[in-house]
Formats: sequence, structure tokens, C-alpha cells
Amino acid sequence: MNIAAISQPKSSRFSIAKTLSWALVFAVLVYSWQGAEIAPYKLYQDAGNMAELAADFFPPDFGHITYYLEEMLITLHIALWGTIFAIFLSIPCALLCAENLVPAWVYQPMRRLMDAARAINEMVFAMLFVVTVGLGPFAGVMALFIHTTGVLAKLFSEAIEAIDPGQVEGVRATGATKLEEILYGVIPQVLPLWISFSLYRFESNVRSATVVGMVGAGGIGVILWESIRGFMFEQTCAVMIIIVITVSSLDFASQRIRKLFI
Amino acid sequence: MTSTVIEVRKLAKHFGDTCALANIDLDVKQGEMLGLLGPSGSGKSTLLRHLNGLVRADKNSKSSIKTLGNDVQINGKFSRSVRTSRSQTGYIFQQHNLVSRLSVLQNVLIGALSSTPKWRSLSGNFTTLQKSKALQALDKVGLKQFAKQRVSTLSGGQQQRVAIARALMQDSKLILADEPIASLDPEASRTVMELLRSINKELGIAVVVTLHQVEFALEYCPRIVALKDGEIYFDGPSHDLNQSKIDQLYGATQRKAAEALPNLSPSLWPQLA
Repeated sequence: MNIAAISQPKSSRFSIAKTLSWALVFAVLVYSWQGAEIAPYKLYQDAGNMAELAADFFPPDFGHITYYLEEMLITLHIALWGTIFAIFLSIPCALLCAENLVPAWVYQPMRRLMDAARAINEMVFAMLFVVTVGLGPFAGVMALFIHTTGVLAKLFSEAIEAIDPGQVEGVRATGATKLEEILYGVIPQVLPLWISFSLYRFESNVRSATVVGMVGAGGIGVILWESIRGFMFEQTCAVMIIIVITVSSLDFASQRIRKLFI
Repeated sequence: MTSTVIEVRKLAKHFGDTCALANIDLDVKQGEMLGLLGPSGSGKSTLLRHLNGLVRADKNSKSSIKTLGNDVQINGKFSRSVRTSRSQTGYIFQQHNLVSRLSVLQNVLIGALSSTPKWRSLSGNFTTLQKSKALQALDKVGLKQFAKQRVSTLSGGQQQRVAIARALMQDSKLILADEPIASLDPEASRTVMELLRSINKELGIAVVVTLHQVEFALEYCPRIVALKDGEIYFDGPSHDLNQSKIDQLYGATQRKAAEALPNLSPSLWPQLA
């Protein structure tokens, strides 16, 4: 039979293409190495500097511990409300991004808008909101809100696109309106995923909220920035320890809760 | 006095170049129990989906479909009252199409959505009266004790009975059932068919049911309509559908399918036909 002919490797043109693509990958890697000015020898050359800097971090200075904890709490407030606002706005946005619910002339522009919200980092939004609403935590809330809306709308709408259309059709067949179809046929199917995604974004927003303060948008990031700029590294170390403990315990708790929903 | 619950005129439907339905005329009277037969691909599900306005007929056809006196679609366009027509017609799917994460009771209450004020339906605030009516419907299908359970915990046959309860909740005078027993075991199939018959007899609800088991159709449906290649091949009382007609209905197409498979041994033909 022809089996031998089929299993034979294709012509040598195929392996030329393969070699060329490997060469391309290699060229990109070399080009980026130069672009990023990677210089491993500096790690060795400046090892003394780093050791000196690291030594400055110890012992950590917990002298202002109550102040740090208060600011950490504000950071959590920022993360919480940034996430909550984002959840509410991203629900309608996600419905308008889902190709199985709306026509292309709705979901295409809506998706591009969400892409934009997602493409720009929280720090950039934070700088802009510091200018518009002033220094302080509210600028941080707004920054997280806009960026997270972009992220959650994408995740939510992908969940909608993966639903079983039969269940929605079952609701439609009873004479329900479009809104009722969504409420009774779509939402019950996506709700567990949506809750899980929201909790996950809360976790990462706590991490982001610790840095938006660096541009003046409130929270523990402000102290972090001030102590680094003032060369008070023992305080920096204390703040970092508080951040690590808070973020990892929240991550742990939220992971546990998320598992309940999937 | 009997009135017409389904009135189909000149219905035609193509999917691409394939003709699914050609020039179908069909009348169903109040209180009838009609079995819709035909080999796979003959258009029986497509016909049923048209009746509830889930599919549009060909745009350039001069077709019209009315159920319970309301227009469903004309010339391939849904009428403005298509949602009213849907709300008055119970529809049962092969895969039951219940919302699997909602409770049995909530699924039955979905049948009441269209008769509920919007502020109530959109906030999920059903009245006590509606809830007790839903429980009655569940009692009728023998599943009252499962009301609080999630639908996905029930068996296939039970889920199909929940779908029937949802149709009862709609207070419809017409139930369309698309292969309701195709994925059920024989015992559950019998329960579901008995239920459809009792609804038809006791409540006077007209039932149109597509089936691929001829025996079930002959046993439960006084009137049979058989489709073949998108056209009506037989329409009459079930006792007029004799064996030679059944063989012609199914046999010819299956033999054709067998011939289309080049390497199939001819000795397999008798089983196929």
C-alpha cells in the first residue's frame, strides 16, 4: 500500500524552513540581549555594592509599626474598592464583549476599549488620577478600577463565550426577553467562574496597590517610596516584610475560597 | 368545538444548498396528539424548531406559521408577537435544556417569566402563588420532593420531566417535544411518554412529538405525520401506517446511505435495512 509513501518525511524544503525559524528565534534573542544591555559581569563587579546595600536593610526598623499597619490597611481598602467598582462595571462590558450575545459592530469596538484599559498599567493611570483627583488613596482606587475593568471584562466575556447555548435556548423557548435569557440562562452558568476571577483579581490588586503609592496614590507605597528615597533602608525592610506577610496570607486565603467555587 | 392550534403554510427551509424542508403544509387541531416520524435528516426537528420561532424559514418563501391563532413567522421573518407565541407553547428538547446550576423549582419558574412583571422577573422575586403553582406542576410530573435540589443532580428521565413541568407552568395549550426520549432508557422513555399522554388527555393540551422509535409513535400517537427528505410523506391515523410504508420511509434512505459507503460488506445490508 501507500503507507510508506505517506509516512516518509516531506521534502527538504520543510527542514530549511525549520532551520530558518530557529535562526530567527536565535537572532531575536541576541538582538534583545543587546537592547536590554544585559551585563552579567556587573553582578560580579558590583557585588561589593550590593552586599553593602543589603547590609543596610538589617536589622529591620519596626519603630513606626502602627503607622505602617495603618497604611497597609489603607492599601487593602484601595484594592478592595478598586476591585468592587471594576466588577460592577465589567459585568455590562463583558456582556457587550461576548460574540455569542451581541453583533460584531457592538463587541468589536467594546473589546478594543477594554484592550486599551488593560494595556495601560495601573501606575500610569495612578499618575493621571493623581493629577485629576489629587494625591491620596482615591487616585489609587480609580487607577485599579480602570485597569481591572479591562482585565475582568475580558475574562468574564470569555466565560460567557464558553457556555452551553442549549440552556439559554431553553429559557428563550418559554418566551423570555433577551434580558431574562441572560439573567436566567447565562449568569447561572458563568457565576462560579466570575467569582473565582474576581477573587484572583483582588489578590493581584493588593499587590498593585502596594506600588501605586509610589506615584502618590496613597497606601503603603508612599512610605516605601519615601524611605527608599531617604536612604532609610532599615525602615524599607520593615515595610517590605509587612507587605510580604499581608500579600501572601491574602493570596492563601483567597485561593482557598476560590477552590470552593470551581 | 375544535380549533386549529398549528397552521403551517408553504414552509420551506434551506441550510446553504441543502433543502431541509420543502413546501410543508400542516394543520394540528386542539387536543390532538401527533407523532412526527422520519429518518435522521428528514427535517422533523427543523420543522418543530420553526413552530416555536427558534429558526427562521427561507427569506424568499411565501411561508406562514401560526400557533394558537398568533403569527409566529411570515415569509421568513419573526412576527412581532413571536415571544407571545413562544410563551404560549411549551417546548421540550432532546437534551432537556434546563439551566443545570439552578434548582428544580427555579427551572420550573422560568416557565412563568413571560407572564411576570419585569421588575419581578429581573429581581428573581416570584410570588408565593407562582411558587405553589410550580410545586403543583412538579407534583403532576412526580418530582415534588426534588424541588430544592439542583437540576444537575437528577437523572436524564427526571430532568425531562422537569422540562415538562416547566411547559405546564407556561399554561400552554400546545406542547412541542423534540425527541424527548431519544437519550433515555426504555423505562424512563415510557414514563415520559405516559406523562405526555396524560397531559394530552386530561388537560386537553395538544402535543406534537418527534420520535425515532416507530413503536412508541404507533402506541402513543393517534395521528402520525412522517417526513422524508423535507417533504410530508405520510399524514394520517397511526393505524394506516402499515409495515410496507414504514419500510419505505426508513429503508430506502438507509440503503442509499449504505451504498454510499464503498467498502461496506453487502452482508451487512439486512441489518441496516
